[in-house]
Amino acid sequence: MIFDYPTLKLIWWLLVGVLLVGFAIMDGHDMGVGTLLPFVGKNDEERRVVINTVGPHWDGNQVWFITGGGAIFAAWPIVYATAFSGFYWAMLAVLWALFFRPVGFDYRSKIHNATWRSTWDWGLFIGGAVPPLIFGVAFGNLLQGVPFHFDDTLVPYYTGSFWGLLNPFALLAGVVSTAMITFHGAIYLAHRTEGDIQRRSITAALIFGVLMLVGFTAAGLWIANGSIGYAITSAVDTAALPNPLAKTVELQPGAWLTNYDKAPLTMLVPALGYAGGIAALLLVWKGRTLAAFVASSFAIVGVIGTAGVSMFPFVMPSSTVPGASLTVWDAVSSHRTLGIMFWATLIFMPIIVAYTSWAYKVMAGKVTAAYIRENEHSAY
Amino acid sequence: MVSEQLVDLSRLQFAATAMYHFLFVPLTLGMVWMLVIMESVYVMTGKTIYKDMTRFWGKLFGINFALGVTTGITLEFQFGTNWAYYSHYVGDIFGAPLAIEGLMAFFLESTFIGLFFFGWDRLSRQQHLLVTILMAVGTNLSALWILIANGWMQNPVGSEFSYETMRMELTDFWAVVFNPVAQGKFVHTVSAGYVTGAMFVLSISAWYLLRGRDVEFAKRSFRIAAAFGFASICSVIVLGDESGYALGEAQQTKLAAMEAMWETEPAPASFNVIALPNEAGMKNDFAIHIPWVMGLIGTRSLDKELPGLNQIYALNRERVTVGVEAVKLLEALRKNPQDAALREAFDKVKADLGFGLLLKKYVASMDDVTPELIDRAARDTLPKVAPLFWTFRIMVALGFAMLALFGLALWYSIKGDFAQRPWLLKWALWFLPMPWLACEMGWFVAEYGRQPWTIYGVLPTHLSVSTLTVESLYGSLAGFVGFYTLLLIVEMYLMVKFARQGPGSLGTGRYMNETHHAHA
Repeated sequence: MIFDYPTLKLIWWLLVGVLLVGFAIMDGHDMGVGTLLPFVGKNDEERRVVINTVGPHWDGNQVWFITGGGAIFAAWPIVYATAFSGFYWAMLAVLWALFFRPVGFDYRSKIHNATWRSTWDWGLFIGGAVPPLIFGVAFGNLLQGVPFHFDDTLVPYYTGSFWGLLNPFALLAGVVSTAMITFHGAIYLAHRTEGDIQRRSITAALIFGVLMLVGFTAAGLWIANGSIGYAITSAVDTAALPNPLAKTVELQPGAWLTNYDKAPLTMLVPALGYAGGIAALLLVWKGRTLAAFVASSFAIVGVIGTAGVSMFPFVMPSSTVPGASLTVWDAVSSHRTLGIMFWATLIFMPIIVAYTSWAYKVMAGKVTAAYIRENEHSAY
Repeated sequence: MVSEQLVDLSRLQFAATAMYHFLFVPLTLGMVWMLVIMESVYVMTGKTIYKDMTRFWGKLFGINFALGVTTGITLEFQFGTNWAYYSHYVGDIFGAPLAIEGLMAFFLESTFIGLFFFGWDRLSRQQHLLVTILMAVGTNLSALWILIANGWMQNPVGSEFSYETMRMELTDFWAVVFNPVAQGKFVHTVSAGYVTGAMFVLSISAWYLLRGRDVEFAKRSFRIAAAFGFASICSVIVLGDESGYALGEAQQTKLAAMEAMWETEPAPASFNVIALPNEAGMKNDFAIHIPWVMGLIGTRSLDKELPGLNQIYALNRERVTVGVEAVKLLEALRKNPQDAALREAFDKVKADLGFGLLLKKYVASMDDVTPELIDRAARDTLPKVAPLFWTFRIMVALGFAMLALFGLALWYSIKGDFAQRPWLLKWALWFLPMPWLACEMGWFVAEYGRQPWTIYGVLPTHLSVSTLTVESLYGSLAGFVGFYTLLLIVEMYLMVKFARQGPGSLGTGRYMNETHHAHA
């Protein structure tokens, strides 16, 4: 193995980040389009235009989510176990919202009935809006710490409730996340459409872009002045075999800012969130939609990256038994598994990016009402 | 301690959602190759009817695929949501094939399915065929990695328990990949999917022929389905037998239960065609045997013995007794991880750790274990015989009935007069549900037959669940039942609607009922 254990642990923190960001950029723009569908499409034909901008791609994009989940299972099994079971109802809400997408896309236009189609349009709205909202709320809770602990054999126990997840800071994080995804989707939609739909999409992009930046700033101020943040108070052996019960941790308000003091270059990450967001706003306003899409993708890197960098090395702090918090050093798989999964990711990720790009290239161009009429029987 | 009810509900939810998912998977696995065949003929001959076939059957494929995707996500979530301790305990091994499935296979299949449906006018014929082939390769690779994961649950090779991290850890990745049980399962399962795809096309084509509509379209589809189906059903049966052999090596308990073999017979063992298993008496009240056959299937020899359930029970009782020691030593070792003597003692017995963990169903501390409890735990290692015995036989009987159907369908396809044989067409039509039934029976045997373990011999099902409330489980189960019932109604409605409409639904102007449904 060419990398030692601590290096691989760090690489996997980055790779999980890459997969989450990939999910937000790729599946995110589909979800943004779904969220906007009932609002920017005023009649059936317009809605079919909107849906067909993502028609050939949503399925491939959704695999970022599946693979992200699989990678967390493989690289951070105890995080996967604790988070998915602890956030039981939130995860089910995401899952059930996602149910509406495959069937909504594929079944909606197969029947010529206004009620049928409008029902699926709202289904696609739920499938687009609910997952980013809940992921944002989940991140908001991770930043504050989550009530869980383990017994001696590492069985996870979650002691909070579903409603406890919906606290003010978490809801703010949910707004940032939903605004970010909708912003990104609106820019994509503006790029792939023309006329009225494009005009409405640009308006939506401006609204949600501003909302994202305001929310991101508010969350940053909350963290700077609020009572959240955790710090490890015992010595950390990054090469040790993973055991989440071997350290001590304490609640330390403001601790989420210490990484920026220790390594000032990390300030570039939140800066990227702002720069990307502002650039995307200006570009989409000028009608330079492709450049705006690239910029909003960078904004996503910045915003999600900020959450990651702020919490590092924590992944899932425990509010009730802080010592049981899960970190990138003690919640990971074995050295061997991390190594194998690193190579698998390194080999397949460029291939995936290559054929996904080809698929977009094949389907490039504006989706128009004329296209829908010509492909009455095969388009979504 | 975890309540019995929580475990049962978690199992019920997993079983229900997994079996529901597998209503859609086999059709996807098989139809995708039928699409490749049809489109290849189109590219080679340039005959438009083959393009129409690819597109029409592709439409039905798409309706099915949507639910396959929808219900597949549930399963990936569910290991974490409902089987948290399982996820922690084996994620180091089990998570890797799931993640690789996403990277290597699911991305491929899902990206190219978009181009399959939307790329007809934007790609050359050869490019589009390549897209279809890559989609097919993706779906099948996907099955490979999932079955590698499942194969490891049946036969946990290439891994070892670590007391430091309190979980199973990977020791040999390639052993997991080339696990004979996994490879046997993969070929058997995908072949069963191919049979399902073939039966689907065969049945619906037979229906068109019985009605005398879209005859040219239906005849060509029927012939392709007959040939593909015959090859596939042969492969299912031969490879199923191969799986039986792999089981004989790896999971003798399941094999003995499937065959209602209570006692070890002198080699080669006989095969029970029919039996009335008596669980309480641990014997069969009645049985019809064929001499030698079981020994040949299970050991490929005339001189090796296959153990009966009573002998397995006696053996497992020993293992539970040793397992109690293993659990005690592990608890001590967790408190004093540096104690070399403890570690050495634990290493000697750790192979039986899982058997000791079986007792956690009854007692929190190993100090409370009694000989009666050891008996009970050993008895727990034997799955119920009757359900396995019968579901296995239904699956096999359906397999042979389908072999006959595809054999005759192929024979008359070669002779060229199948369309004039209504008995054959009706047989094909009424057999439509059979491959699904056989697939579900097969999975039942595989999964129910592994009980009481999630990881055979390593982790008891009882310990694998998430520490949720029973109310949460009732709630989520109700949600799944509600959603899935609705989705099934919608899917069946569309499937029947488009199957009835036939190739006319493409709107090409070449088929029946075109004006009638011009805008559907």
